Amino acid sequence: MPNVNLDSLSGQLIVVEGADGSGRSTHINLLRDWLERRGYPTANVGLKRSMLVSRELEAAMQGNILGTRTLCLFYATDFADQLENRIIPALRSGFIVLADRYIYTLLARAIVRGMEPDWIQEVYSIALVPDAVFYIAVSPEILIERNLRKHTVLDYWESGMDMDRSLNMYDSFIHYQKKIQKQFKQMQKVYGFQTVNGNRSPRGIQKELRAKLESVLNDKILPVAEKTIQTESKEHLFDLTNG
Amino acid sequence: MPAHNGVPGKLIAVEGLDGSGKSTQIYLLKRWLELEGYKIFFTEWNSSAIVKRATRKGKKRQLLTPTTFSLIHCTDFTDRYERQIQRLLHAGYLVLADRYIYTAFSRDAVRGCDREWIRKLYNYAQRPDITFFFNVPLKVAQSRILDGRTRLKYHEAGMDMGYSPDVNESFRIFQGKIHQEYRQMADEYKFVRIDATQPPDVQQIKVREIVESTIDLPRYRWRETPFPQPK
Repeated sequence: MPNVNLDSLSGQLIVVEGADGSGRSTHINLLRDWLERRGYPTANVGLKRSMLVSRELEAAMQGNILGTRTLCLFYATDFADQLENRIIPALRSGFIVLADRYIYTLLARAIVRGMEPDWIQEVYSIALVPDAVFYIAVSPEILIERNLRKHTVLDYWESGMDMDRSLNMYDSFIHYQKKIQKQFKQMQKVYGFQTVNGNRSPRGIQKELRAKLESVLNDKILPVAEKTIQTESKEHLFDLTNG
Repeated sequence: MPAHNGVPGKLIAVEGLDGSGKSTQIYLLKRWLELEGYKIFFTEWNSSAIVKRATRKGKKRQLLTPTTFSLIHCTDFTDRYERQIQRLLHAGYLVLADRYIYTAFSRDAVRGCDREWIRKLYNYAQRPDITFFFNVPLKVAQSRILDGRTRLKYHEAGMDMGYSPDVNESFRIFQGKIHQEYRQMADEYKFVRIDATQPPDVQQIKVREIVESTIDLPRYRWRETPFPQPK
């Protein structure tokens, strides 16, 4: 990216991925408390939270008037804005950035909607490689129960209703979430996610997340001198961007 | 970029510097085709109703970086492409575009984005059947803009690049770099060069000749003539 200096990003980028109802946000909040209690500064980012386009993107999604590719690029704009204006500055200041979803959800959504994998990966080649990605995998049937309990309705997009209107929402949700999970499984091989079984109590999941995060921090949080050397080699995802 | 196998419509784009006269020329081409009774659709750069609001806000509040500038314009283009250009080409229209992907290729490259990355972002878009490039010496284009209008917009003048605190000077430098990019693309993308220093009517005759000889125009007539007949 032009005008972006990627040297000495001393913070850590930690991503939590998972469907709506996977407990993603709950666990991020708990991790944040845990980290802050230990004295680590944290920053939160997520999808559709950019200053630049979040409102416009939300409005466009309400009417479902955008084409698939346009929506992908709108999300990419939202992502790039947060990457340059929040994620990178926070990493430079040594924060632990907790990302409530990252490009992987966006890649999976685009690919199941028929976008060419090469194309969408190229769009997101600007992204930084996270220090860790935790994917909370929950079976679609449990996701449905949790979503209905919380909202009494299923979300239009998370049910993939924009893709096949012939199915009822319940079937569509199961069908769509299975497709997304398949994409995540494939991406896991490529990007080395750590999958966390989300079909159990929050306590157990949080414990596992903390243990995993702890080992990431132990590996990475080093004395200042070493830290600089290590993070200067932070690479771009897919190794495709400009020098 | 995909070839347009089996797509019945034709795509004509104009490219060139601000002040090259390209908008005037495509307007005249549009009027001619319209009055002759052809199915045409005209589309302009940066005009998607949905995306434009975000772009305007970003520009006004100077929130844009080269990367987000590039992505938001690509979003705008893609919205027009998916909802209009692509569908009307399939429906057998003559689509006229005032600026096309080459505008992004040149501007974003000048702003420092990776050339390969930009090209790949737009790789799904069909290439024009004719791309007119209105070739004009830098000085002429600049004086047409700078003499005619007093106030240049921030991004139009490339002020975000920090070339110069003086708007006019910044514009000159920025346009010079864009000119350079266009010149490098001209052969690769087979631009049809039009000498934009000629009088407008002379240029238009040339443009119409090329359109007539490249495209089988009678195929693009409306099947039914509206009543009353336009004259």
